[in-house]
Amino acid sequence: MTAKDSDLVTPPAGPEGTVQIEVKDITKRFGEFTALERVNLQIRRGEFLTLLGPSGSGKSTFLNILAGFDFATEGQLVMGGKDLTFTPPEDRNFGMVFQGYALFPHLTVEQNIAFPLRVRKIRADEQKRRVAEVVRRVGLEDHARKYPRQLSGGQQQRVALARALIFSPALLLLDEPFSALDKNLREQLQFEVKRIHREFGSTFVFVTHDQSEALSMSDRVAIFDGGRVQQIGTPEQVYDAPGTEFVAKFLGQLNLFPVTGQQHGPAGVSGLFEGNLLRAAGGKPGFSKIGIRPEHATLYDAEPPQAQNRVAVALRGTAYHGASVLVDLVTTGDQRADVVLQMNAAEWAARFAQTTAPLWIGWPPEKSLILA
Amino acid sequence: MATATRRTRPRRLSIWAFYIAPLILLLLVSYFIPLLGVFSWSVTEPELGVSQYLRVMTDPGIHSILLRTLRICALTAVFSVFLAYLLAWHWVYGPPLRRKIIAFAVLVPFWISVLIRAFGWLALLRPQGIINSTLTDVGLISDPLPLVRNELGVIIGMVHFMTPFAVFPLVSVMRQVDLRILQAASGLGARAFRRFFEIFLPLTLPGIIGAFFIVFVFALGFFITPAILGGGRVVMIAEYIYTQMSQTANWGLGAALATTLLGFVLLMTWIVSRFVDFERLAK
Repeated sequence: MTAKDSDLVTPPAGPEGTVQIEVKDITKRFGEFTALERVNLQIRRGEFLTLLGPSGSGKSTFLNILAGFDFATEGQLVMGGKDLTFTPPEDRNFGMVFQGYALFPHLTVEQNIAFPLRVRKIRADEQKRRVAEVVRRVGLEDHARKYPRQLSGGQQQRVALARALIFSPALLLLDEPFSALDKNLREQLQFEVKRIHREFGSTFVFVTHDQSEALSMSDRVAIFDGGRVQQIGTPEQVYDAPGTEFVAKFLGQLNLFPVTGQQHGPAGVSGLFEGNLLRAAGGKPGFSKIGIRPEHATLYDAEPPQAQNRVAVALRGTAYHGASVLVDLVTTGDQRADVVLQMNAAEWAARFAQTTAPLWIGWPPEKSLILA
Repeated sequence: MATATRRTRPRRLSIWAFYIAPLILLLLVSYFIPLLGVFSWSVTEPELGVSQYLRVMTDPGIHSILLRTLRICALTAVFSVFLAYLLAWHWVYGPPLRRKIIAFAVLVPFWISVLIRAFGWLALLRPQGIINSTLTDVGLISDPLPLVRNELGVIIGMVHFMTPFAVFPLVSVMRQVDLRILQAASGLGARAFRRFFEIFLPLTLPGIIGAFFIVFVFALGFFITPAILGGGRVVMIAEYIYTQMSQTANWGLGAALATTLLGFVLLMTWIVSRFVDFERLAK
């Protein structure tokens, strides 16, 4: 049986991708402190939306407001034409997976999973049938009668997901579920959450401070900082075309070159850095920096071709990462800007490890990031 | 490893000699030896044998005292734990000022002698006391209510004395409850009533059992409060043992009753310890 013909999955009302929840101007103040300022976004049916930001960025406050554990000072949450802003959590019909999972320690796996059905006064035989089906689908058949403390971290996560999904919630909220786990288990559980998202077809809203987690799992990422949504878009959009320097740096390493003599042309923009013309596709009024991701720049032991953006650099050191090497460089002009470059470890060893030739970095203009 | 053991051995010995041994010595001298003495009286006074234990088992007068003691202690424990649960709740989850007031109110009774407290209750509860005279003046009652010199008075006094002792294990257990579990319950659709009875109450049950046990066992030995607030009519086992020993000089019977009581408490401790981790209650 696949997810689609199971009655456990109520496909979200309305076609996938249409707006399910409208977040309008949500503001949250704690006394003098503004934790969230005019957050506007739309949660789409069936999507995997990640709220990403450093601690204190407001992402957890926003999740609490979505869940109903806290209420907004101003603004509105609307779902299907209904105002949800002050609805208590027990009336929202949202599933929630907590950090540490928050399983009921005095109930068995089955009883934990059946809890939302019991609350909803589903008939006992129906409860039994649905619990058995979910237990099978998350692969916990052998553990149904155990208590949470007898399970591994991965099994506990499956119980938490099963418990949060069994009542076909309108939305599933996940609050940093992996943050207490070690790296290997974390990667394995990320795949599992993605699989369950595909299989159950519910809308997932996931909170994390880990940018690689956000990029690898999400359909869309909303980046929070200082209580505001800085940018929202697909992982590719926010990584390759960050709207602000904060977003660009939070999502990954970045080399930034402040430029002067900015020019706007039909093919893109350009500016001067240490006498080199740096070009970029697209445009942005009032830009002052051009950037490049470490993996998009190439190291040269001779002057790079004309078509590339070029900057002369000197070597400071390297950090070996197995398959790749991070090369620590500094520009040779008057700005002495830091540059980090990522390259294949074998290529580094063969071509550059022993060289004394002057070094350059180069990159195709369309890979440039334009920042204010 | 070898050097480590050699280096730690003298230290272990000194810990033993200076810290642990005196405790064991104290327990031996002050508890174990006197207890052996009491036990030996129970089988030697007035003559060698178990006649005193046979009397404990067959005397209807003793049975009624034991039964009354168990009843009063159980009722005291029920009321104390109930009150303490409410206090502990507000102590742990209340706003800061309420927490301070409760902490103060729970700790203050420890500084007031049990005698003073019993006489205080007597002043309040006796037929010409504040409660009865107020109610008569207002015209709600014509004859004073029998609030004291009976089991009710004894239970009131004992609940007052015991409630603070029940608060501590309950506070300790409530502090260990992960509040996200309650949030999870509400997120899954459970309202306050169900969250309390299906989640919070079961999670704090070890504290309830522990507090009940502490109050019950402590109450078994109560002596002054029943003597004052019972007015001689509500004799509990501790007072009865005292009477046997020091007034009728029936040492054998008193010792047999004391030994029986001790055996009963040890049995209860063993049973309760199978359900409750005592260390969790002291955190």
